[in-house]
Amino acid sequence: METKNNSINGGEYLIADTESSQVFIPEEFSEEQLMMAQACQDFVDTEIEPHKEAIDSMKQPDLVPEILRKAGELGLLGIAVPEEYGGLGMSFNTSMLIADIIGSAGSFSTTYGAHSGIGTLPILYYGTEEQKQKYLPKLVNAEWAACYCLTEPDAGSDANSGKTKATLSEDGSHYLITGQKMWISNGGFADLLIVFARIEDDKYLSAFIVEKSFGGITMNEEEKKMGIKGSSTRQVFFNDCKVPVENMLSERGNGFKIAVNILNIGRVKLGAGVLGGCRKVLADAIQYAGERKQFGVSINSFGAIKQKLAEMAIRTYACESLCYRAGQDIEDRIETLTNDGMDATLAKLKGVEEFAIECAIAKVHGSEVLDYVVDQGVQIYGGMGYSADAPMERAYRDARISRIYEGTNEINRILMVGMVLKRAMKGEINLMGPALAVGEELKAVPSFDSPDTSQPLATEKEVLRKLKKVFLMLGGRASQVLGTKLESEQEIMMNLADIMIEIYAAESAILRTEKLISKNGTEESAIQLAATQVYLFEAVDKIQSAGKETIHSFLSGDEQKVMLMGLKRFTKMDAVNTKELRRQIADALIAKGKYLFFQG
Amino acid sequence: MKILVCITHVPDTTSRIQFTDNNTKFDKTGVQFVIGPYDDYALARAVELRDQTGGKLTVLNVGEAETDPTLRKALAIGADEAIRINAYPKDSYFVAQQIARVAQEGAYDLILMGRESSDYNGGMVHGMVGEMMGLPSISPVMRLDIEGNTAKLSREIEGGKEELEVSLPLVAGCQEPIAEWKIPNMRGIMSARSKPLTVKEADAYDVHASIVSYALPPAKGAVKLFDKDQMEELVKLLKNEANVL
Ligand SMILES: Cc1cc2nc3c(=O)[nH]c(=O)nc-3n(C[C@H](O)[C@H](O)[C@H](O)COP(=O)(O)OP(=O)(O)OC[C@H]3O[C@@H](n4cnc5c(N)ncnc54)[C@H](O)[C@@H]3O)c2cc1C
Repeated sequence: METKNNSINGGEYLIADTESSQVFIPEEFSEEQLMMAQACQDFVDTEIEPHKEAIDSMKQPDLVPEILRKAGELGLLGIAVPEEYGGLGMSFNTSMLIADIIGSAGSFSTTYGAHSGIGTLPILYYGTEEQKQKYLPKLVNAEWAACYCLTEPDAGSDANSGKTKATLSEDGSHYLITGQKMWISNGGFADLLIVFARIEDDKYLSAFIVEKSFGGITMNEEEKKMGIKGSSTRQVFFNDCKVPVENMLSERGNGFKIAVNILNIGRVKLGAGVLGGCRKVLADAIQYAGERKQFGVSINSFGAIKQKLAEMAIRTYACESLCYRAGQDIEDRIETLTNDGMDATLAKLKGVEEFAIECAIAKVHGSEVLDYVVDQGVQIYGGMGYSADAPMERAYRDARISRIYEGTNEINRILMVGMVLKRAMKGEINLMGPALAVGEELKAVPSFDSPDTSQPLATEKEVLRKLKKVFLMLGGRASQVLGTKLESEQEIMMNLADIMIEIYAAESAILRTEKLISKNGTEESAIQLAATQVYLFEAVDKIQSAGKETIHSFLSGDEQKVMLMGLKRFTKMDAVNTKELRRQIADALIAKGKYLFFQG
Repeated sequence: MKILVCITHVPDTTSRIQFTDNNTKFDKTGVQFVIGPYDDYALARAVELRDQTGGKLTVLNVGEAETDPTLRKALAIGADEAIRINAYPKDSYFVAQQIARVAQEGAYDLILMGRESSDYNGGMVHGMVGEMMGLPSISPVMRLDIEGNTAKLSREIEGGKEELEVSLPLVAGCQEPIAEWKIPNMRGIMSARSKPLTVKEADAYDVHASIVSYALPPAKGAVKLFDKDQMEELVKLLKNEANVL
């Protein structure tokens, strides 16, 4: 067993170095996990891919519930649900891997996430033993479909402002729920609804397990959407829906906390959930670029196309690296907490909560990588990219939702910066010490020691160390200067979030490649190394630009100058021939005919 | 009933095929291996028959240790136990001899395999095994039902279809639509770990064939289109250029 990565806390990657031996890489999935992934891929290829058109047309109301039922038969709906409730009791990262594969299934991947993620997990994590016994087996085998009712017409990002009411009946035996929910995935066919409502004038919502058969539930027609058209999305109305008191989840007023914690899990899984889509789009694009001829040659011989193919793979590689790294960190934390005697369910929650920052990063990075990949996919297909007869048009539309749900990317960016500062304030991570040290360093003469670059990736790791200093310098100073006013300077928060995301992604790619080199040698890992170098180069660029904007927007005079010089110093990187590196990657992709870093 | 299903370990059909060592070796780098597609049909039908009639389903592969994952996949799909004959499958005759020996020892009622492997597509092993064991061997079997001690089979023959009844034991080379491929379910995958996979050493036998060299088929040329009033031109080209008439 390798050393568990328990020394690093959530968000601490911004300050501390992580060793490559401490991170999990997808190449380390076991034969059994890969067999599960392959079975899931076979399921997507046979049960979903040929029916995408029919699924999206919504003309056969039984089609999607039937596919969900088949997924249940295969055991795909209870990957991480313990065996005593009908699940498989597999690890957190295994459930990430399955979400990854299902991610290429378009509409169905939302159906899957709403059912087995946000629909099932509130019961798994917050249910009483009785609730778990009663409901989980039914959800795991898809006898029942689930949905999650949080959003309301006037309460989206501000979810806790919902107006839906839960009123205790006079005899105290049940609650009457009344209100309107909106954008409810699986609403059209769900038998079980996780509903958030307010009791009296409570500060926070409460959560309930509602069976469709309780009555008082009606719906609007299906929403007409840009993409994931085959995923049922409804407005759901509750009119004195009678819910027995024993169907409250956790305690009164705990609903908002449930929502937040379940969303943490949803976010990191959404990060993984884009990967299957990225690989599929890339494979299609590689194939098309090989077949399509213009000016007498395949378009894949053009540098402009190679550059796109390579870039699609590079970003997917980084996203893959960060998602499975975060997944394993969560899992290791869960294991440590359980071994320390914590209740298994609570340990799961605490494990995820610890890495809430990384969960938000996975969501934002993943959804934006996917959008980049589908956009370039359309471009590579040219006019055919715009045609509904080719796969890119659907992929492009389907991808867009990922930046909106599970907390918009703006909300997630604000959250991640807020969480880092809060953790620093609480002393959970030591941000201010290192930030002050960086401040001192700025005043001193730059060190001209050249680092030992004999080890592979040593130069890149040095660059990364400096990028962390950029965050410490800016995050530290912004919170000092602006204090709580930072909250209303969202532009700065967006920039700081971008810096956090790029550092985590670049570091994850570097650590994965370093581990691969130590396992398989430099030659075998040449393409991964190229991908890592290009990713880092671009990350440096983005961080430099975000850093500059930040400095310009809250500092002036001498301090601005010092900071700008610091930024320059910390974003220095030797020349990298990204053109050549991307060509190498593209040629390898073309030779392989598909994404080449991980089979999935 | 005791069923033996012989499976091959072949490159996934979408693999890019390349050779090394002066075109004498198949280059396995980056190639994903799977259960032979026809064998997969045989296995799927065997699982159904085992579930209907009870009994035991054994899968067998002649191959080196690298084929264990393929055998475990078969266990995940539903086989009860696996046997690997630890030898590189040098040629059809060699493989057939190994299978026949194990099949003899195990006294199986049904010995199923694909009509052919999808790597070398020899399609000879079932016939050889039948001959070596003195059992009827039938291929390509597209339907297989068992009633008591009799197998009811159908297969396509030149210009039509043949329905047969054969008494057990027998050897069958299978193909679709005998059953639909089965995707292993997650529980099956997890239980594959605990099912027995026995490795037996191969008997030494003569090898009759060896590979001298490989070559890829020539790249497909561009398609030529002809108008309906250009038939003579077409015939001429088919004769002289394509050499197919
Ligand atoms: C297809 C689909 C499926 C969905 N499925 C579900 C489901 O199953 N269950 C469920 O409960 N919900 C679901 N949702 C709802 C989804 O989670 C919300 O749409 C999302 O949280 C955004 O809320 P909103 O639409 O009200 O947008 P708003 O909150 O109105 O946001 C509009 C814009 O303002 C920005 N914004 C809002 N607040 C802030 C702020 N404080 N600072 C900066 N910017 C801000 C947002 O980022 C966004 O760009 C689904 C939505 C869609 C479209």
